[in-house]
Amino acid sequence: MLIHDTALVFGRYARQTLRSRFQLLFGVLMPLMYLLFFGPLLTGLPLGARGDSWQVLVPGLLLQLGLFGASFAGFAIIIEKQMGVVERMRVTPVGRLPLLLGRVLRDAALFVFQAVLLVLAAVAMGLRAPLGGILIGFGFVAVLTVALASLSYALALRVPKPQEFGPAVNAVSMPSMLLSGLMLPMALAPAWLDALSHLMPFRYLVDAVRAAYVGDYTGPAMLYGVLVAAGFAALAVTVGTRVFREAGA
Amino acid sequence: MSSLIHTAGLAHTFRTRRGPVEAVRGIDLTVGAGEILGLLGPNGAGKTTTLRMLTTLLPPTGGTATVAGCDLVGDPAGVRSRIGYVAQSGGVDLSVSVREELVTQARLYRLSRTEAADRAAELARELDLTELLDRPCAALSGGQRRRLDIAMGLTHRPRVLFLDEPTTGLDPASRAGLWRLVRRLRDTHGTTVFLTTHYLDEADELSDRLVVVDRGAVVAEGAPAALKERYAGSPRASLQDTFLAITGRGPAPADQAPVAV
Repeated sequence: MLIHDTALVFGRYARQTLRSRFQLLFGVLMPLMYLLFFGPLLTGLPLGARGDSWQVLVPGLLLQLGLFGASFAGFAIIIEKQMGVVERMRVTPVGRLPLLLGRVLRDAALFVFQAVLLVLAAVAMGLRAPLGGILIGFGFVAVLTVALASLSYALALRVPKPQEFGPAVNAVSMPSMLLSGLMLPMALAPAWLDALSHLMPFRYLVDAVRAAYVGDYTGPAMLYGVLVAAGFAALAVTVGTRVFREAGA
Repeated sequence: MSSLIHTAGLAHTFRTRRGPVEAVRGIDLTVGAGEILGLLGPNGAGKTTTLRMLTTLLPPTGGTATVAGCDLVGDPAGVRSRIGYVAQSGGVDLSVSVREELVTQARLYRLSRTEAADRAAELARELDLTELLDRPCAALSGGQRRRLDIAMGLTHRPRVLFLDEPTTGLDPASRAGLWRLVRRLRDTHGTTVFLTTHYLDEADELSDRLVVVDRGAVVAEGAPAALKERYAGSPRASLQDTFLAITGRGPAPADQAPVAV
């Protein structure tokens, strides 16, 4: 039943996404611009990290894609809530977990697709990284998307006024991006900023994907990355399912 | 007549920043099989909150209820598989075709792919939507949209159908058509219908029995004629006068949608 229901909800939203080719490609524009117009600035700089500048930048851009894309996933459900679609689904016997999972897995599929486009463009720009590491990077994008999209739907269903949703998401996603070393590694940071960034879950994900891109799959960076990503996703899905169960307002 | 809905002291208190708000203070009601029950009351009386509790959308904070033979709190999934609910806002995605919505809805009720396609065609025939199956929901008129909403609520042949303000915003011809449809459902399928409404003429015309709520509690109930006789002195009195006598104020004007709490 869990798989049947999840597949059903996933199918509905996947069809919705496929109808909108614009949505399929639009999300990749911002990271692509960073790649084109920011990436070349880094090529000659000492970044204090292993690997060349592309191996440092591309993991950051991948997670930036997930971070900004998935945190705004909730916008769609605000519209659906106003149309009554959320309630209509909540009175069917479909489980509450599938109502969430079907949606967030669609988001994960969308962002992994965009991540593939981004990596292909990066390879054309000069990125060289082991295939295993690149695939692990996609895995992290998927898990990050599941976690953030779950929280985004939960927030969107709970926020009293729709216009409060955007600012609330920005208030969280901007510092998350800056404090996790997405653009430049925190190895360059003064000690206080580095210490602060360790409080950000995304920091561990970025470090893990950067390690993967230089072929280091068994070090502490990977271990912490996997643990933080899995814990964060489990927590977020629990919160999201709860909101679908109760969905106040 | 066996009862399909039975509640005892059903209550919901919202916690707000300004302290608890008792939206529903303890409702006792019984709805028999094949009955059309109208829930009537001024804005903020607790109609929508009651409906949302009975349809499992909002957990009660007090009391008990059985809906279609299942305990509301203990077995919400059982309740969901036996009831249909048509919200005031409907519940279709406007960008999707009528057929796709009907099929998806049937699949959500666990029908197989072929069963779902058959059921969608059958519902379309029954609710006069066949010509519209391949149009996007956004292209439907108000009356057509309402018929689609009801078709969605009937997908799994529920024993109880909940309708929240079913004719708000419809033109007179569509309203009359919808009333005929509700009666036909009861007469041909024995469906029990529980509806809330702002419109006194609708309540009068359609309901076998009325339950009037005010300030979160039941203040009167009975067949329309009996209520008129008891509160306004004559079975031919207007429901407007009866309503005023019961609640001390008029019903909500139709253009003020109830706050969905």
